[in-house]
Amino acid sequence: MSSFWSLWIIVLTTIMLIGTVWILFANRKTKNTGPDATTGHVYDGIEEYDNPLPAWWFYLFVITIVYSIGYLIAYPGMGSFKGVLGWTQINQYEKQVAKAEQKYGAIFAQYRDMPVEQVIQDGKALKMGQRMFANNCAQCHGSDARGSYGFPNLTDGDWLYGGSPEQIKTTLIQGRSGVMPAWAGPLGEEGIVNVSNYVLSLNGRAVDADSAAAGQEKFAMFCTSCHGADGTGNIALGAPNLTNNIWLYGGSPGLVQRTLRNGRNGQMPSHEKILSEDKIHLLTAYVYSLSQTPAEQE
Amino acid sequence: MNKRVDKPTETVAVTDITEEFHPAGVGELDLYQKREKIYTRRIEGFYQRIRVYTGWPLLLGYFLLPWLNWDGRQAVLFDLPNRQFHIFNLTFWPQDFPLLAWMMIIAAFALFTVTAWAGRIWCGYTCPQTVWTAIFMWVEQWCEGSRNQRIKWDKAPWSVEKFARKLSKHALWGGFALLTGFSFVAYFSPARELLVNLVTIDFAALLSLGFNLDWWGLGIWEASWIIFFTLATYINAGWLREQVCMYMCPYARFQSVMFDQDTLIVSYDYHRGESRGARKKGVDASEKGLGDCVDCQICVQVCPTGIDIRDGLQYECINCALCIDGCNSVMDQMGYEKGLIRYTTENSLNGQPTNFLRPRLIGYAVAVVVMVAIFFTSIIVRVPLKLDVIRDRDRLYIQTTEGYIENSYTLKVINMDQQSHQYQISFSGLEGAKIIGKSKVVVIPGELSELPIRLSIDPADLEKTNNTIEFNVQAIDGSDYEAIAESRFIGPRVK
Repeated sequence: MSSFWSLWIIVLTTIMLIGTVWILFANRKTKNTGPDATTGHVYDGIEEYDNPLPAWWFYLFVITIVYSIGYLIAYPGMGSFKGVLGWTQINQYEKQVAKAEQKYGAIFAQYRDMPVEQVIQDGKALKMGQRMFANNCAQCHGSDARGSYGFPNLTDGDWLYGGSPEQIKTTLIQGRSGVMPAWAGPLGEEGIVNVSNYVLSLNGRAVDADSAAAGQEKFAMFCTSCHGADGTGNIALGAPNLTNNIWLYGGSPGLVQRTLRNGRNGQMPSHEKILSEDKIHLLTAYVYSLSQTPAEQE
Repeated sequence: MNKRVDKPTETVAVTDITEEFHPAGVGELDLYQKREKIYTRRIEGFYQRIRVYTGWPLLLGYFLLPWLNWDGRQAVLFDLPNRQFHIFNLTFWPQDFPLLAWMMIIAAFALFTVTAWAGRIWCGYTCPQTVWTAIFMWVEQWCEGSRNQRIKWDKAPWSVEKFARKLSKHALWGGFALLTGFSFVAYFSPARELLVNLVTIDFAALLSLGFNLDWWGLGIWEASWIIFFTLATYINAGWLREQVCMYMCPYARFQSVMFDQDTLIVSYDYHRGESRGARKKGVDASEKGLGDCVDCQICVQVCPTGIDIRDGLQYECINCALCIDGCNSVMDQMGYEKGLIRYTTENSLNGQPTNFLRPRLIGYAVAVVVMVAIFFTSIIVRVPLKLDVIRDRDRLYIQTTEGYIENSYTLKVINMDQQSHQYQISFSGLEGAKIIGKSKVVVIPGELSELPIRLSIDPADLEKTNNTIEFNVQAIDGSDYEAIAESRFIGPRVK
């Protein structure tokens, strides 16, 4: 706040305070016009008596003024004056967070030393995990964790970076950054069509055989280092398996070509600073449980 | 302590209170007037006995209800942390809020009906402010004596006896206020635990004098609400009294619009009473041109709001009928007919017939009956199952690799019954779609179960972009509980 605005607020507040005191005390005495004096207001023939206010009203005003002066000394209010208590919104927030951590930390901590495989047997833990998922993950992966275009399905057992509890936990803590480079330059437009045909053939789709054969050569040259010679992907790099029919960015020929042409960038944010270690442990268990559920009731 | 009841024949130095409120003839006046302390004279009579039958059941109900148990829990408990309101065998949830609104509306219309019919009898007999003030005045009388004695004590210099009397009065007031505050909080926090916590004091922690309440068994909120309601009771019933009725109570402000010429009000029969004047018993007053009012001021002295009912209908009058009892006892002694001050109507005072069955009153009464009927019907047909559907807000729809259009939802199924139930989830309004995810759920009593599910449809089957669908949750274990909630299914533009 610039010193002008600080001064502006201080002056206005002071004028208001003094004005209130003046109104209260300077107008105390009124002319006594007898017991039946009216204010002159008439509604439907009903007149309003000009009776004095009860004294306790006056004292309530006095108390309010005294309180406001005390408040302005204790808390920030007078421009950039910080107040003698040193209160700020941020330190109040931090105190409340610390208090909540202290109160609820124990609830999460009880699962700290329990292996994930055991946590998923605990209905209460999964319920807590589900709530955390709804608050932190559902925005991208959907409330049922089945994902959508660009956001992986977490329930299908197909994992870009691995689906073991440790791998899931690493994904949650560190985040992931999936990069598929753009190949428009090296491959050329024809190369892109050929490679896309080869990739689709890995899924057993009917494609132009000559084009796919040409694409296979380019694939061996540019793609195997990440997706593997057989196209089954590499979880160390987060390179997807191209031989199943699970596509993060769509499996139509056009979309596969677009992926090849422009590349893709996926970001899973790190949750290290957002959630405590114990919470991430529970969340890991919930996410792990999603792909472990036996045949679902339809 | 003095328990003597004032006899109306007792001679009293009369001061006209109405004059004190408006001291005329002084040049300037303080805009803010000090409260004139009202010394009410105790009176007994017919309406006082009625008050015993209205006040005590309310008081006892208020104090004893929290101690009643039902099905292993407190019978009446407003459990705010769990958001469940237990009233005997019913449990209300936040979703039942409309019922609370209905109850408020019923209470309001019942008040209108009663007011149109009989004026402010709610104020005079059952308003907590009046009931608690009556208790406090009774304590005051018990500690300090009759009206005259109280005036004398207040004027007397401080002495051991005056101090003892005042101290005992305030101690009793405080005790009763504490009981009130405690009972109030006991409706929200289980009474038995609350009592134990209230008296649990960790003296070691107290001696270490930390600036917190850790030494006390009570939590900070329970403690502060008990203290708040104790103080509020003590101040309202002990000190503010009629000031609450006159300056704070909104009802006093708008009750007059419900009055008409056929409303029963406490009124002084000026045709019969005027002109007022003192006379000896047995003297024929009409010879001296006097009416039946002997101008004894009893009606003024007994009035808890300090008004003179002979000045006509005033907004301060709470229809407590103390002046009727006072006046009747005097009329009895004078050998006059009772009822110089009585419950009557403006029409009847003016010699007109009173019309009790007037449209306004019938209208209010019909409204009350209809709303009570709706209220109880909705409680009886209430299904202890609730379904809320929240559509995922992150994207309008999802297109799968296979080309299906999907929408995700979170279904919140709340089992408000006392038993566990298994529920089947289905939907209607979207031909050709299917549920992906679990469609059966078991919910234990009093639990909210969140069930994320997805609806999937072939775009060829989608006839509209925006479809209204209905989710249906049905218990599949014999009970016929069913709940329906509406939502939408959104797809791509349909050409």
